[in-house]
Amino acid sequence: MSAVLTKDEFQEPMTLDVSQTRNPPFLRLVGVELRKSYDTRSGFWLLMSMGILAVITLAIMTIVGVVNDNVEFAYEDFVAAIAFVTSVLLPVLGILLVTSEWSQRTGMTTFALSPHRLRVIMAKMVAGLAWTFVIIAFALVVGAVVNLLYGAMEGEMAWRFGWEGLTGFVITQSLAMLGGFALATLLLNSPAAIVAFFAYKWILPTLFAIGAALIGWFEDLLPWIDFQTAQGPLYEMTNMDGEDFAHLLVSGAFWLGLPLAIGIWRVLRAEVK
Amino acid sequence: MSAVLTKGGHELPALDTSHTKHPPFLRLVSVELRKMMDTRAGLWLVISMAALTAIVMTIQLIVGLTQDINIKYADFIAGTTYSIGLLLPILGILSLTSEWGQRTAMVTFTLEPHRWRIIAAKLACVVAIAIASVAVALVLGTVANALFGAFGGTADWDFGVERLAGFAILQVLGVLTGFALAALLLNTPGAIVVYFVYSFVLPTLFAIGAELVGWINDIQPWVDFGDAQLPLGEWEWAKNDAAQLVVTSLIWLVLPLAIGLWRVLRAEVK
Amino acid sequence: MIKVENLTRKYGAFTAVDDISFVCRPGRVTGFLGPNGAGKTTTMRVMVGLTPATHGQTTIGGHKYHDIPNPGRHVGVLLDASAQHAGRTGREVLTIGAKTMGLPMSRVDEMLELVSLSGAEGKRRVRNYSLGMRQRLGIAHALLGDPSVLILDEPANGLDPAGIRWMRGLLKGYADRGGTVLLSSHLLNEVEQIADDIIMIGRGKIVAEGTPAELLQSTGTFFKAVEVEQLLDALVASGLHPAPVGDGYRVDAEALQVGKIAAANSVTLIELRPADGGLEDMFLELTADTQREDFGQVAPA
Repeated sequence: MSAVLTKDEFQEPMTLDVSQTRNPPFLRLVGVELRKSYDTRSGFWLLMSMGILAVITLAIMTIVGVVNDNVEFAYEDFVAAIAFVTSVLLPVLGILLVTSEWSQRTGMTTFALSPHRLRVIMAKMVAGLAWTFVIIAFALVVGAVVNLLYGAMEGEMAWRFGWEGLTGFVITQSLAMLGGFALATLLLNSPAAIVAFFAYKWILPTLFAIGAALIGWFEDLLPWIDFQTAQGPLYEMTNMDGEDFAHLLVSGAFWLGLPLAIGIWRVLRAEVK
Repeated sequence: MSAVLTKGGHELPALDTSHTKHPPFLRLVSVELRKMMDTRAGLWLVISMAALTAIVMTIQLIVGLTQDINIKYADFIAGTTYSIGLLLPILGILSLTSEWGQRTAMVTFTLEPHRWRIIAAKLACVVAIAIASVAVALVLGTVANALFGAFGGTADWDFGVERLAGFAILQVLGVLTGFALAALLLNTPGAIVVYFVYSFVLPTLFAIGAELVGWINDIQPWVDFGDAQLPLGEWEWAKNDAAQLVVTSLIWLVLPLAIGLWRVLRAEVK
Repeated sequence: MIKVENLTRKYGAFTAVDDISFVCRPGRVTGFLGPNGAGKTTTMRVMVGLTPATHGQTTIGGHKYHDIPNPGRHVGVLLDASAQHAGRTGREVLTIGAKTMGLPMSRVDEMLELVSLSGAEGKRRVRNYSLGMRQRLGIAHALLGDPSVLILDEPANGLDPAGIRWMRGLLKGYADRGGTVLLSSHLLNEVEQIADDIIMIGRGKIVAEGTPAELLQSTGTFFKAVEVEQLLDALVASGLHPAPVGDGYRVDAEALQVGKIAAANSVTLIELRPADGGLEDMFLELTADTQREDFGQVAPA
């Protein structure tokens, strides 16, 4: 026992009175994580580039549509174009939400303030989903504005939109974001996670397709392991049957559930440097 | 003028630099090469390249043998698009951006204040690694093709100097593109994302655009770098192919590299 | 050896360094003293070409840093001990430096030994180093090329008391052998103990410079005496103006003069020394004037 502890005058409180403080509410953590996702230059420009790229894409589409008489766009085409652009960058947002804590060593501060790391991870995930929804809303609004302009120039409005596809749209975008998120927790390294994500999203399907074309049994197996293809039927949700759902669940468990589970286990146990 | 400066009035002694020379360029290259391999990230990148190459070739071998498909030496080499071709540009990016991400540029540029020499050494390094990767691919391809022949396939060794040159140029262009984007952005995730967007997303957009609009179809060969590199693979050059390769390289490689280098040479190093 | 002439560095409307000039002489340790954000680091960064100057110039031994071939052999630089790749081992960091400068690898071991990083510590990744170990590694890196000029930004940062004493001895010895040392610090005591010359900077401008003795001299002499009234009268009679400070008095005179007057009047002195506070007061004033004056006034949340 040290001298300080045994001195009589320090008999007073030996325990920390923690009755006055509570864990930060979960929503507050989400708010903090949301803020952290855009208050750095890289985060800010990632979000900005999504917006800018979306607007540029729509501008090109509008010009093309107006100039070419044989091309006609409807509301759903504009929204789909934005969705294509954001589906590339949303996963990067999901990745950076996690890995920037490691590369910038802010994890030390973050986990010192909320030692329940699972809460922090969950808050990050919710923040990522929140951005996904914001971006979907952005796509719907900007798509509508552009469609108005386009309609005014063409003299005819086409508000066609597969509303049953909206749910699928929301789910696929969320899955894309979560895919990046899962790889990030698994690898805890920005470059590696980004490379792995693009390989998984753009290269694997090509390899799968080649394999399926060449090998008979692989073609049968493919729907159960190809997460990208399994997400296809989501756009026509009403037509999804039990097997489609099973494909989605199995491939999703393999490509999303498994890396996320291992990754979170790793984050919870890792020494934060 | 300050008090100390004027005090005493005697001149400060000069530093005798006559007995030191600039570090020779080759020494800088070897140091940069070492820096690419001595971190976990660099080492694993090189290991993944070799491992992925071996995996892809093994799969090709198994599929070829079990499905009775004839796989040629050239096919094994072409398969490295998914290993070396994918990761070499990342290596080019990291060689430059890691100095900024880890702030070692401060040390590097104080030991050699002529920054262009460091950049040139890095450039020489990544090109050397690209060439070395070509050699590794050829060796692994030889092994795979020999195994294919040994296990009952018909080994087709047709390759030739021209295809070899095309393959080597492809890898060098890949690594240089990564390097140029890195110089432009000086940020690892940013450069990687832009690289992937440009190599996977842009071609899709080009294809859609070209299908819908006549003039996009006309200009596409002159702006689509990926497309312009295709003749290199088979070494079959149609009219304008070479010119298109030069023009697209100017847009996607020379321009970002020039702007990026201008920036690196002048930037305040933090 | 190091010469700074009318150096100014602006960041937009903010002037980090405002028209400063000074020199650092060989065989002496020059302390660059100033509160946080005074412009010390910016000045040092300009010296080694990492930051371009807005006006003015700096030379080292008559050369611009950019024009020194293989500068690591002439100028040892430590700007930020944390600016190292966290994934490299300490030994690897030194090896890269030695290779760039074209030094034999034995130099790496010598330097590791010099800064007391053991063999096992040298093989650990910098990520796992304490701040003090990083600082030692940084000093080793600066000394690697056996330079004749050292530029060190806050080298004592993170070192334990024993480490600070070690560094003091190292730099003194280095200067005694003819080396030029410029080191910055925001701690007055540290600079007072090690520096032969002090340059004090605040808000981008030089506010004082000279040897510690010169800077302290202007603050006069502090004394205590048994027969204090008698001594005060004698001092006033000699045309001096003693003033009470704390439990003693301060007077604008050298200790020798005060001692002689005391002896002549048979006064028993119980304390006689240069008054402290002058430099420190100036330094504190400087610190308080910067934006960081809100220290200690933060209400508890």
